[in-house]
Amino acid sequence: MTGFDWGVIWRSLPYLFLDGMRFSLTLTFLAAAGGVVLGTGIALLRLAGGRVLGAVATGYVNLMRSLPLVLVIFWFYFLVPYIGQWVTGASRPVQVGAFASSLLTFTLFEAAYFSEIVRAGIGSIPRGQMAAGFALGLTYRQVMGSVILPQVFRTMLPVLLTQTIVLFQDTSLVYVLSITDFMGAASKVAQRDGRLVEMYVFAAVIYFAVCYAASQGVRRLGGRIAIIR
Amino acid sequence: MRLAALALVLLALLRPGTAAAEDLTGTLQKIKETGAVVIGVRDSSIPFSYLDDRQKPIGFAVDICMKVVDALKARLDMPGLKVTLTPVTGSTRIPLLANGTIDMECGSTTNNPARQKQVAFSNTYFLTASRFVTKEGTAVTDIDSLRGKAVASASGTTNIAQLTAVNLTWKLGVNILTAREHAEAFLLVETGRAVACVMDDVLLASFIAGSKTPGAYRISEDAFSQPEPYSIMLRKDDPAFKQLVDGATSSLFRSPEGRVLYNRWFTQPIPPRNINLNLPMSPQLERAFQNPTDSADPDHYNS
Amino acid sequence: MTYNWNWRIFWEPSPEGIGTYWDMLLGGLVTTLEVSALAWIVALAMGCIMGVLRTVPSRLAQAVGAAWVELFRNIPLLVQLFLWYFVLPEVVPVALGDWMKSLQSAPFVISAVGIGCFMSARVAEQVRAGLGALPRGQRMAGTALGLTLPQTYRYVLLPMAFRIVLPPLTSEMISTVKNTSVALTIGLVELTARARAMQEFSFQVFEAFTAATVAYMVVNLAATLLMRWLERRVRVPGYVAA
Repeated sequence: MTGFDWGVIWRSLPYLFLDGMRFSLTLTFLAAAGGVVLGTGIALLRLAGGRVLGAVATGYVNLMRSLPLVLVIFWFYFLVPYIGQWVTGASRPVQVGAFASSLLTFTLFEAAYFSEIVRAGIGSIPRGQMAAGFALGLTYRQVMGSVILPQVFRTMLPVLLTQTIVLFQDTSLVYVLSITDFMGAASKVAQRDGRLVEMYVFAAVIYFAVCYAASQGVRRLGGRIAIIR
Repeated sequence: MRLAALALVLLALLRPGTAAAEDLTGTLQKIKETGAVVIGVRDSSIPFSYLDDRQKPIGFAVDICMKVVDALKARLDMPGLKVTLTPVTGSTRIPLLANGTIDMECGSTTNNPARQKQVAFSNTYFLTASRFVTKEGTAVTDIDSLRGKAVASASGTTNIAQLTAVNLTWKLGVNILTAREHAEAFLLVETGRAVACVMDDVLLASFIAGSKTPGAYRISEDAFSQPEPYSIMLRKDDPAFKQLVDGATSSLFRSPEGRVLYNRWFTQPIPPRNINLNLPMSPQLERAFQNPTDSADPDHYNS
Repeated sequence: MTYNWNWRIFWEPSPEGIGTYWDMLLGGLVTTLEVSALAWIVALAMGCIMGVLRTVPSRLAQAVGAAWVELFRNIPLLVQLFLWYFVLPEVVPVALGDWMKSLQSAPFVISAVGIGCFMSARVAEQVRAGLGALPRGQRMAGTALGLTLPQTYRYVLLPMAFRIVLPPLTSEMISTVKNTSVALTIGLVELTARARAMQEFSFQVFEAFTAATVAYMVVNLAATLLMRWLERRVRVPGYVAA
């Protein structure tokens, strides 16, 4: 080995972080936000949406959870424009860019996982809460919105955040589409300069640092906001 | 829901004043309506379409496409046309062209009859044959000596298709390593994972010139194909757009500017490392520039 | 810009010469299952060891277990596979590195080891949770009976812990199968890679991906049914958690 070349890491820092990491983080936060909202909707559909909608929601969750993310990424990148064309009745496939396609993919994929978390959370709330809400004269929507879901999110916040950290790691898979996220940026520099060892080790160290710090933060947060029944 | 959307579309069409003076179709209509043209570019097809050290797409094919964009701006009367360069790879370029993500692809795409079933091509701007590269000192000299070895190639390229075909007919028993893109295929040879890499010879020359030890590599004499043409890739069944692209490229190639552009990328130092490929225009390509053609038949260029 | 459907593509011969496109996909599925099985064995073995280490009353053992889990949990699988495949042969002695690079089945072995280690962190956490869910009295009872620590684990703690964590382990096993698709980036020709190759050669995107999707769903269903059968077989009557 010709010696560890720190220079290549130093020179490519702006590109790695301003282009790559920015893409990764933006994708993570937007997909997590969208995924939680959609996932909550799906969880509620499964609980109280009636037979047809409930079955659709269940089918959706089972489908997304049985497919590899790589395959779902390919599906969405190649086929969403055609689906968009079919849905909107347009004359040609809807043009979807790389970022939009990734965002859609991750939001819809992670929504299945988030919905399972929210569903477990709703199941962990004592039934008395629901009954008390009804006894006070609230409708189902009001009980859900003002009584149950706030408690669910408080209890499940650590798990939801852990799933977000997993989502952050999963964004590295946009590599298969040559989209430049943090890992893609590191790869491009590695291949161009022939410095595979340095760039991949650096990427691993950064991912480790970010995820470890985040998971420690989540642990501390969980300790502080826990509801002791 | 579809019915409602359809109704809205019909209503929009019936509104007076929306019908333009021209009746644009296909890609031209799409560009006019969206106000932007999306061009597919590669990340390591030196010197046709690749990323410089600021990760900006540059290259011979990219410059040709910018000329096409000028023609577009004039044709559609859109001086402020937005141009987006989207990265594609050998295996994503055709699906992304077909599904509308990109409007044209400017890279190192070979024009051949098999692909013409899915896409259309414009005028030829280069001719190249598939060869393989090995490290100096290996016993691998011709295609037959690849028997039983590990050979790399980029997915979705004509190179890997030709390698697969030869592997089958000659029963070479080659272990084909599929790489995501050209740079990765070459890297497999550089790191010793593959004994050889099959790629278009102009791209091989560029990779060797840009490598740390150019003298350590050798391009084979044997070729997997005759010199085949590179062209801009377009959607099929879109004659109006093809006509525009053909017209723009034709006038570029016939004018002295075409030669200047060629020399800029092939006989002068190119970014990012100021390497000079030293590849003067071949007589076949001269003829193809004088008489621009979109023929996929390699024999056409030999006459 | 309309898509040309062709469901008969599966019966057409693939350019790779090994048969039809259907055979090509089937070959990919077999590779997926083989790598998954190997990776799962690695994951179970290392995961159990590390999970146990984290519950043993020894600071060093707990630190080792924690370090293993944190290392393999906080780096994305893609990055880990790249480290195994590209970086490892470069940092070991040249002779060993060259041998590693010349291995015909390098992607296969690397994928199994890499995915196995990645999943072992998650298995370790499950095992630790399972052991933690057992009443403290179990361990004390083991000591009271005169069993050494390894014997306590072997005869008292681990049997029950496994029954408790069997459901989550099922989902980890299915995750292992899904994670094999990431290995296409280091050249493993598994099901998703074959579906892509089919798409590249035949241009029938929908058909290729639908076949791969159906295959994964079938594998998922089969694995779930298998684990449910296993749960029923090892159930301890009267023990609530199992």
